[in-house]
Amino acid sequence: MTETIRAEWTKLRSLTSTAWLLVGTVALTVGVSAAIAAAIHQSSPGGDPTKLALTGIDLGQAVVVVLAVLAISEEYGSGMIRVTLTAMPRRLVLLAAKAANVAGLTLVIGVVVVTGCLLAGRFMLPGAGLGPAHGYALVSITHSPTLRAAVGSVLYLVLIGLLALGVATAIRDTAVSIGAVLALLYLPPLLAQVVSDPLRRHIQQIAPMTAGLAIQATTNLRSLPINPWAGVSVLAAWAGASLFIGGILLRLRDA
Amino acid sequence: MSATSAPSRPMIKPERASFPSGIRAEWVKFRTVRGWLIGLLVAAVLCVAFTFLVANGNNEGSCTPSGVCTAGHPFVPTGPGGEAVADSNQFVSQSLTGSGTLTVQIASLTGLISNGPANMAPSLAHTRPELEAWAKAGILLTSSTNPGSPYAAIMATGDHGVHLQYNYTHDQPGTIANSLPRWLRLTRTGDTLTGYDSTNGTTWAQIGTAHLAGLPTTVHVGLFATSPVSFQSSSSGVPTQATATFDQVTLNGRAGSNGWQAHSIGTSAKDYYPTLGTGSYHRSGNTFVLSGSGDIALAVNPLAGGNTASGSLWFGLLVALIVLIVVATMFITVEYRRGLIRTTFTATPQRGSVLAAKAVVIAAVAFVVGAFAATVAVPLGVHILNSNGNYIFPASVLTKVQIVAGSGALLALTAIAVLALGTILRTSAAAITTGIVVFVLPYIVSTYSSGGVGTWLFRLTPAAGFSVLGVIPRSALVNAPYTMSNDYFPLAPWAGLAVLCAYAAVALGVAALLLHRRDA
Repeated sequence: MTETIRAEWTKLRSLTSTAWLLVGTVALTVGVSAAIAAAIHQSSPGGDPTKLALTGIDLGQAVVVVLAVLAISEEYGSGMIRVTLTAMPRRLVLLAAKAANVAGLTLVIGVVVVTGCLLAGRFMLPGAGLGPAHGYALVSITHSPTLRAAVGSVLYLVLIGLLALGVATAIRDTAVSIGAVLALLYLPPLLAQVVSDPLRRHIQQIAPMTAGLAIQATTNLRSLPINPWAGVSVLAAWAGASLFIGGILLRLRDA
Repeated sequence: MSATSAPSRPMIKPERASFPSGIRAEWVKFRTVRGWLIGLLVAAVLCVAFTFLVANGNNEGSCTPSGVCTAGHPFVPTGPGGEAVADSNQFVSQSLTGSGTLTVQIASLTGLISNGPANMAPSLAHTRPELEAWAKAGILLTSSTNPGSPYAAIMATGDHGVHLQYNYTHDQPGTIANSLPRWLRLTRTGDTLTGYDSTNGTTWAQIGTAHLAGLPTTVHVGLFATSPVSFQSSSSGVPTQATATFDQVTLNGRAGSNGWQAHSIGTSAKDYYPTLGTGSYHRSGNTFVLSGSGDIALAVNPLAGGNTASGSLWFGLLVALIVLIVVATMFITVEYRRGLIRTTFTATPQRGSVLAAKAVVIAAVAFVVGAFAATVAVPLGVHILNSNGNYIFPASVLTKVQIVAGSGALLALTAIAVLALGTILRTSAAAITTGIVVFVLPYIVSTYSSGGVGTWLFRLTPAAGFSVLGVIPRSALVNAPYTMSNDYFPLAPWAGLAVLCAYAAVALGVAALLLHRRDA
């Protein structure tokens, strides 16, 4: 297993696209968070500085999706998968090794982007009317709901990566996989806006993005469609199910 | 004898593949990939399915405290041109047979605006004096007192001077300003109505004429007063009322024997237009005092609370767009991936021609998918909305054509742009992610963002293409919040499509340039 993980790690890190995507994730996520902190001006009460500071993850996750999809679909695209499977015939172990690599990489990148977002929030949000001068605490990791949001957001990115890896293992094509995962992430929140309750609430409880991002809320938890950790569990179920289906298909089909 | 010269041989032209055969070649490539055809089918089916889902989530109705709900919406009149209109006012009229002239002087025009709590029904007890800019009082001639009837009216307004208006959408400004007194005159000759205004009742200026085709011989002519909802924010408006004092009322012509009759038009609980009271009328001698609330104009959102024929379609169209983005990207990136592109360029060395043929094929395919999905989805959505008791703005044949052709064009232009992106970036992952970020994400972001951000996204980004789904007419004669949340797009339908077209053209230009300069 360790050998397989090492082999997969070599493959992942030696792709130039991986480095670019990591830089892209950080730049996009922190950049969007900072841009929003610079652009908004909160005048009405009830803002959630932590959630606002982490908004960049809404967009940054798209790059994580690309990274995770490429980890397997590029092997199918180039035919490399047959070499890989010849060297490592135990396919589920191979998928587990890929999952470990994707999870590890997104964990590290998650810590970096969440730290960046929170720092941007800490320094920029007071200027937007969300600081101590207006009755809001500074964004700080020592505040337990903020710590939950920070840890949860890192976990969110890891689970999104695993979800994308599972889908790509099942679909095997880069373009279709990316399209499918991005549609799965971005469309249900939109759909929830145009239908009425109770369907709206159910969509928000089931959809991976809306359920998973509930973890970012630090205030007004009662108004959430799903409570924070339950939301992460829903996303974890999505990731687990997609890896499970991907694993079964990997096992059953010819490469 | 002359020397025999070698027979001239025909010049062998280098064989150039004609453009139609290039298109045929690309079409063969497209239709022989089964996954892409399935993708298109999935796009159309998803579009219809999501339209159904969105329409089905919309219910209009009223519930009793015991929880018994009945579907239904308030009554929205339809004007002579088939458009939704507002027709709520206080009207005092006589019947007039044949030609005639009504002349009045407006001695005063004052107004009230509701300032009651937002959660209470507006009442005259909670008001402050304020005259709404489009408060209207004057002479009105109509074929019947049913809401939505053809009419012509000459009126003094709160802050827009004198106007001659007819059939809800036509308007001609008068010559005198907001000064008092104002004299108004309306003359009928057959189908032709002529409006005049004056500051002294002796020198008259003709404002214009209105032709009401098919006006019956006997019509109602009289005085009216009305005052529209005043919008302080984008969603909540408050009802207002106008009170006008008319004197020197002179009717020349064959009037009926019943004398003056008062009508409160379109102010009952069943009518959609929010009014401040049902209106009132006092007469002493030749002086009339009318109080009225409502409007005589085009119906607007949010007052009509209306859905549009295209209102349920956009989400399904967005889903179809994502599928089309995937297919259009692969149409070129797969050739790079498999090395087929080198074979293609060997067969057709004119690279620009290959790109053009691909663009034609993918655009045609996308257009057919979009137009087909809209043709099925729009009537379905309208049917579901209707049966759930929702009001839907009437859509003319032209509007339906706009929705169907617009949906096709939206998908076709996006497909061309994404094909170009695929040619520029050459890998599926990069092209498809860029495609979704550029062509889908602005739409999603704009529905979340508040204030001016969403409006600008719909002006400047490819999301502007969705303006083609904007089908409710707006009116310069009605002050209303014409915002995205009320189904009004910041750009006109074809202007929005032109923005998308510009993106596609730029992408295609860059792609053609790079195609020539780079090795395949």
